[in-house]
Amino acid sequence: MKAAYDIVAVGGGPAGLAAAISARDAGCGSILVIERDRELGGILNQCIHNGFGLITFDEELTGPEYAARFEEQALSGGIDFMLDTMVIDVSADKLVTVVSRAEGLVQIQAKAVVLAMGCRERPRGALNIPGFRPAGIYSAGTAQRLVNIEGFMPGREVVILGSGDIGLIMARRMTLEGAHVACVAELMPYSGGLKRNIVQCLDDFGIPLLLSHTVVRIEGQKRVEAVVIAEVDGRGKPIPGTEVTYPCDTLLLSVGLIPENELSLSAGVELSPVTRGPVVNEILETNIPGIFAAGNVLHVHDLVDYVSQEAAVAGRNAAAFVAGNLDDEVGEIPLVATDGIRYTVPQSIDPSRMADELVVRFRVGNVYENRYISVYFDDERVKHLKRSILAPGEMEQVKLKKAELAAKPGLKTITFKLEEA
Amino acid sequence: MYDVVIIGAGVSGAAAARELSKRRLSICVVEREEDVCCGTTKANSAIVHAGFDAQTGTLMAKLNVRGAALMGPLCEDLGVDLKNIGSLVVCTDEEGIPALQALLDRGIANGVERLEIVTGDRLRELEPNLSDDVIAALWAPTASIVNPFQLNWALAENAYQNGVEFRFNTEVTGLERVDGSWKVSTTAGDLSARCVVNAAGVYADVFHNMACEDKFEIVPRRGQYFVLDTTAGRHVRHTVFQQPTKLGKGVLVSPTTAGNLLVGPTAEDIGDKEGTDTTAEGLAELLAKSPLSVKNIPFRETITSFSGLRAHRAEHDFLIAEAPDAPGFVDCAAIESPGLSASPAIGEMVAGIVDGILGAEMRDDFIAKREGIPNVEWATQEEWAALIEQDPSYGRVICRCRKVTEAQIVAAIHHPLGARSLDGIKRRTEACMGRCQAGFCTPKIMEILDRELADLGYDQVTKAGPGSELIVGKDKELEGGDAR
Repeated sequence: MKAAYDIVAVGGGPAGLAAAISARDAGCGSILVIERDRELGGILNQCIHNGFGLITFDEELTGPEYAARFEEQALSGGIDFMLDTMVIDVSADKLVTVVSRAEGLVQIQAKAVVLAMGCRERPRGALNIPGFRPAGIYSAGTAQRLVNIEGFMPGREVVILGSGDIGLIMARRMTLEGAHVACVAELMPYSGGLKRNIVQCLDDFGIPLLLSHTVVRIEGQKRVEAVVIAEVDGRGKPIPGTEVTYPCDTLLLSVGLIPENELSLSAGVELSPVTRGPVVNEILETNIPGIFAAGNVLHVHDLVDYVSQEAAVAGRNAAAFVAGNLDDEVGEIPLVATDGIRYTVPQSIDPSRMADELVVRFRVGNVYENRYISVYFDDERVKHLKRSILAPGEMEQVKLKKAELAAKPGLKTITFKLEEA
Repeated sequence: MYDVVIIGAGVSGAAAARELSKRRLSICVVEREEDVCCGTTKANSAIVHAGFDAQTGTLMAKLNVRGAALMGPLCEDLGVDLKNIGSLVVCTDEEGIPALQALLDRGIANGVERLEIVTGDRLRELEPNLSDDVIAALWAPTASIVNPFQLNWALAENAYQNGVEFRFNTEVTGLERVDGSWKVSTTAGDLSARCVVNAAGVYADVFHNMACEDKFEIVPRRGQYFVLDTTAGRHVRHTVFQQPTKLGKGVLVSPTTAGNLLVGPTAEDIGDKEGTDTTAEGLAELLAKSPLSVKNIPFRETITSFSGLRAHRAEHDFLIAEAPDAPGFVDCAAIESPGLSASPAIGEMVAGIVDGILGAEMRDDFIAKREGIPNVEWATQEEWAALIEQDPSYGRVICRCRKVTEAQIVAAIHHPLGARSLDGIKRRTEACMGRCQAGFCTPKIMEILDRELADLGYDQVTKAGPGSELIVGKDKELEGGDAR
């Protein structure tokens, strides 16, 4: 079976929905959203805590509520959906192959594709934690699904490794469900999660956060019986003699998220080794013309509001690409991230194609106090923004105006760096 | 009274069961764990060795070469993934060349064909990612990789199709010679048998020593491994072995039939027969040694690590024989490497010994073939579409990383000797074996197990049998109520 659409969004989570809505609102009349789950909304469906939508709706919504707002807009017409459908291949010429129970194997020719597959959690194996491999080791997201969707408790006595946001959220969730969370151990000297989550999910429940600590051993043949936690030195190596055994039946892992880009690779999309997401330009287009990316597949976000904003940009540009409304290219100016800034998204800007105001998002590589985020157009510093605190767990953003770049013809490089006060 | 009771449903026990099921015999396999393939068979290098490694004249050498020859047709008959990729033993200094030559000579003496020492550009052409220090290699084109989980299951399933009984969660606790036969005491009642085959892996010494005066000891030799994602699976084309160096026995780097990259093993003699844990030291050793033979191994793509125990005996040879002081008690013991490679020949040899004891006649209705579960991950789109035609649930992907569909998981449950746990599903389908390591598919597979097995509720699903339950209870508001 074969079908054709102007725009196919791969993924019906917040990114895919926002991209589809904005593409439709920009005038595209042929849009398909493909979702592997039975429902739209993606991972938001299991995020039943509140705190979503503060920026978009100026309200504190739960994940499903936030998703519902976008679903409502998306379902109001002009967008087709395939649910319970897995995309198994995206080709460079935008032939999208899907399988589903209902339709079998179907090929869909798209004029533009928005990659919106989200991300996955890093598993235990990626950390080389020694010990046995019993039941009771879950990624925080899996535990979240079991508790919030299935209604079952994966454990009663819990240790959490990694202070990513899902781990912090699950520390609170497990506690509320009657489990005892002994501690959250974090390898780094700082948390990978949002400050507000540390306060609301750990501090408010008296759950200790052990910075510069890691799990050095998992005990238990059949089911987790204990984990051994040790302090680590400045290089992340466990310090002998600091081991403490925590009897527990469950170890939850919240040790990082990885953009899920296997389909992008099959299409020949170039990935950044830093973000592990596609390298994109000012319109969030990858190295393959007409293939766009947004949301956690592009780079891991902290707040869904920014996912929605970013995806709306991708969707709008995909619609312009299909309509042939993109301005002519004049040349990409690379964005360079250095001196404490790990990456930027986008990685390059063509001033002729950029929006009047373009948001550059990035993360820093360490915790910094009282620094300036500086932006240089070649050797000239054009922005110097004071920040009292910067942390890897909190994405930063700087807005660049089209007019600013237009005033600099011949600009070669835009550099983002941190500078001391 | 059974004619034969086989202790252990690993690859040796299953191979023996299948061979014996060609005869008119009543056979029962007893297994301590909840499934086949729960011991050494599930945690090794998954290699079909060419057969040059074992000392000429040993049982190991003989059965390795014979087993490797039988393996191709057997895997064909049983629907088991086997890839003839060849192996290389690499040498990094001139001093190693004579040893390489000695291996080649030994291989020829053992009956291995087409062995060759390769150097220079031709070697780099064969294997571009060899370390720059490698100067020569012994190339064994006949070596293969095999899916050990499938092989074990297929042998057992085919034996079952031919009438062999399997009892799981049944641990043998005693062996006693009573009135010319064997009383086999187990945690699930007593059995009696005219003949007992001891294929108990690292516990073979325990059962041998229960039955015999002439004792021996199995010292588990632990091997730790890394498994890298399929994105790294083509980093090498062959199984790349290292020569032993002053650092000790080397480690191998190999693709697996499932498309992953395997790096290991360590070799540590440990006393603990349950010591399948990994250690920081062991994993560090792999990181240190593997670059000696292969460069730029993308360890960032590591998805898991594991340990297996080789059933090592000081004599370092297989022990397959009727015990001299215990008539009808047949050891199939000390099956360390190349045990997997030799397994088809081990089955033959055990059956031959049992023939000598029981003198059974062959049957003419033996079913020699069995079909595996179709795999969609490596299928062409046409093949996948055709499967969905047959059964629409081939269109519902459950494990996104390894592209395993609902139909495959249901088949893994309902095939004879089907899966009852997450690990059982994993070994039969590769679901949970991908880069997310079961993060996304665990709840979905639990749901399917719950649905397909009438006697198993969602909250009773285990990772690997009793004691490894995945759920400890319901959410607070659901306590006492029905959650589903």
